[in-house]
Amino acid sequence: MSSLADKYLRGHKMPHIWCPGCGNGIITHAVLRAIDQLQWERDDIVIVSGIGCSSRAPGYLDFNTLHTTHGRALAFATGVKHGNPRLKVIVLTGDGDCAAIGGNHLIHACRRNIDITAIVYNNSIYGMTSGQFSPLTPTGSLATTAPYGNIDRAFDLCDLATAAGASFVARSTTYHANHLRDMIVHGLQNEGFSLIEAMTHCPTYFGRRNRIGGPVEMLKMQQEQAIPVQRAASMTQEQLEGKYLIGELHNQQMPEFCALYEQVIQKAGGGNQR
Amino acid sequence: MAEKRLMQGNEACVAGALAAGMDFFAGYPITPSTEIAELAAEYLPQRGGRFIQMEDEIASMGAVIGASLTGRKAMTATSGPGFSLKQENIGYAAITEVPCVIVNVQRAGPSTGIPTAPAQGDVMQARWGTHGDHPSITLSPSSVEETFGLTLRAFNLAEKYRTPVILLLDEIVGHMREAVILPAEGTVEVIDRVKPVCSPAEYRPYDAAMGETAPMPDFGSGYPYHVTGLTHDREGFTTSKPAEVDFIIRRLHSKIEMHLADILQWEEIATEDADILLVAYGATARSAKAALKMARKQGVKVGLFRPLTIWPFPEAALTQVAKGKQVIVPEMNLGQIALEVERIIKAEVSGVNQVDGEPLNPAKILQAIMVGSEVSR
Ligand SMILES: Cc1ncc(C[n+]2csc(CCOP(=O)(O)OP(=O)(O)O)c2C)c(N)n1
Ligand code: SF4
Repeated sequence: MSSLADKYLRGHKMPHIWCPGCGNGIITHAVLRAIDQLQWERDDIVIVSGIGCSSRAPGYLDFNTLHTTHGRALAFATGVKHGNPRLKVIVLTGDGDCAAIGGNHLIHACRRNIDITAIVYNNSIYGMTSGQFSPLTPTGSLATTAPYGNIDRAFDLCDLATAAGASFVARSTTYHANHLRDMIVHGLQNEGFSLIEAMTHCPTYFGRRNRIGGPVEMLKMQQEQAIPVQRAASMTQEQLEGKYLIGELHNQQMPEFCALYEQVIQKAGGGNQR
Repeated sequence: MAEKRLMQGNEACVAGALAAGMDFFAGYPITPSTEIAELAAEYLPQRGGRFIQMEDEIASMGAVIGASLTGRKAMTATSGPGFSLKQENIGYAAITEVPCVIVNVQRAGPSTGIPTAPAQGDVMQARWGTHGDHPSITLSPSSVEETFGLTLRAFNLAEKYRTPVILLLDEIVGHMREAVILPAEGTVEVIDRVKPVCSPAEYRPYDAAMGETAPMPDFGSGYPYHVTGLTHDREGFTTSKPAEVDFIIRRLHSKIEMHLADILQWEEIATEDADILLVAYGATARSAKAALKMARKQGVKVGLFRPLTIWPFPEAALTQVAKGKQVIVPEMNLGQIALEVERIIKAEVSGVNQVDGEPLNPAKILQAIMVGSEVSR
């Protein structure tokens, strides 16, 4: 870890704001390991986030970093990518940031299949504002704004992204940290919109209120609930009750937005400019 | 060569933007601004520029800021309902000091209002629409030709002062067709943002003294840095230290206020001997000019003060001109700039107000002038 930290972290911005035992560090570490594995140039990378605990990550990462407004990371990222398609654009976002206030931008980024990799830190709760339910909070869970249990149904974010047109969709967990890194590597390599849902734990606001325990118990829960897609194929519906799939869930090559726009420029006769 | 053409206001806006070097546009259709997006979609790729129709106005504003950070000269265009949606991200551009141009072709509001009817109801929103204490540069043209010039100027000011600039049109100016003479390509002054020359290790994105603007690199040009809407220090990282917070907020204002001579533009017509002064902007200034001529024919000495830069308002110039004059402020709202004028000249003014979706015609202004001249006699 130490060499990776020296290489990619803004050391003078430490300590970070995250609670002890929070899963955000594991995901951020996986992102850095993925970038390192691909040997990408630091200055070619733009990391964009919205607002939330998870969205604070870019402040600690030594790249071109853009901490935007709540929910709008994908909109800003679309401008960055379309503005300079040579840049590699990575979005770090929370479940509330991405699926609630940013839900519209999410489906449209998927639909355009613009070459952006979004990593969703899904801790099933609004961490930064101290524990309200999000569109990814499981039904029945407790939250400060669901003191009698959450009556809303949760999105399956991966199904949503697939249906909306993303070309690469995967899920992993903070328990499966190396698997998570691999999914991120695949996402980064995909030429098109990639969504990686990283199931993580917020011991402070989700674990405690729902009496799951601390970080260790929450990681164990991920271990129990996460079923690799290959294994799920041989399991019954009953056996899959209360579980979720991890792995590559969707991978279908489709034309990418900026590449298509290059064709527009050719058609319009602007090919020789800039 | 300069060419004479018949052109619509919205078309002149796009022409002015292209002359300024616009190479990115993100927008969402809304009457009466839509022609701007349509023409940007057509012309930008012809020059290797980029257009994108986003899913809404919030996203458009975000995309414009993102593109500007990669070095693009970016613009978006909208009308009332969309202007409301853009506000949060306009504030983001202000505090992060990202150059961009926001066009608002005003229509009758509030809410959906009358999509095809003119109004000037967003003047105060252009000043205070986004939350927090921030400066605003807002320009308001009265003619098609001036729309060309002020759009160009909006880009130049945005680049020079690293700030969002609002171009406030109204439905009349946006949709009107007039003969215009546009300068030949390449003959206008185009200002580009200053890029850093120091080493990347030394670069600090907000390291500027009061009244100054720091150089700004493009993402991907060798100067990786952090951009955040959290209140930040000179390095761009979040801070809540009172002295640092105080400094950045005051510097944000000072970089505009210390350059008023460069930013402010206004026109004075027949003000020297005037007893009555009209203060009018946008399409309304055209009616005011006509009323002025009619009144002069009848022997009433009327002058016109027309701000082209509405925000900041040309305070000193108005104070000077308004001395000893009776002031009338015609506008297509129930008195927004009238309040500002009263604040500046420290005297009551009378308004001529129109909020029925119809243009404010010269006869109505003339009537107010005549009433005023009775009173002063
Ligand atoms: C427009 C707007 N609305 C609300 C907020 C308040 N807010 C800040 S973070 C947040 C939720 C963050 O939750 P999530 O995206 O799940 O991230 P987490 O903190 O759990 O990592 C909210 C509602 C805001 N900053 N801006
Ligand atoms: S509140 Fe939850 S998500 Fe936020 S830092 Fe603490 S543990 Fe992590």
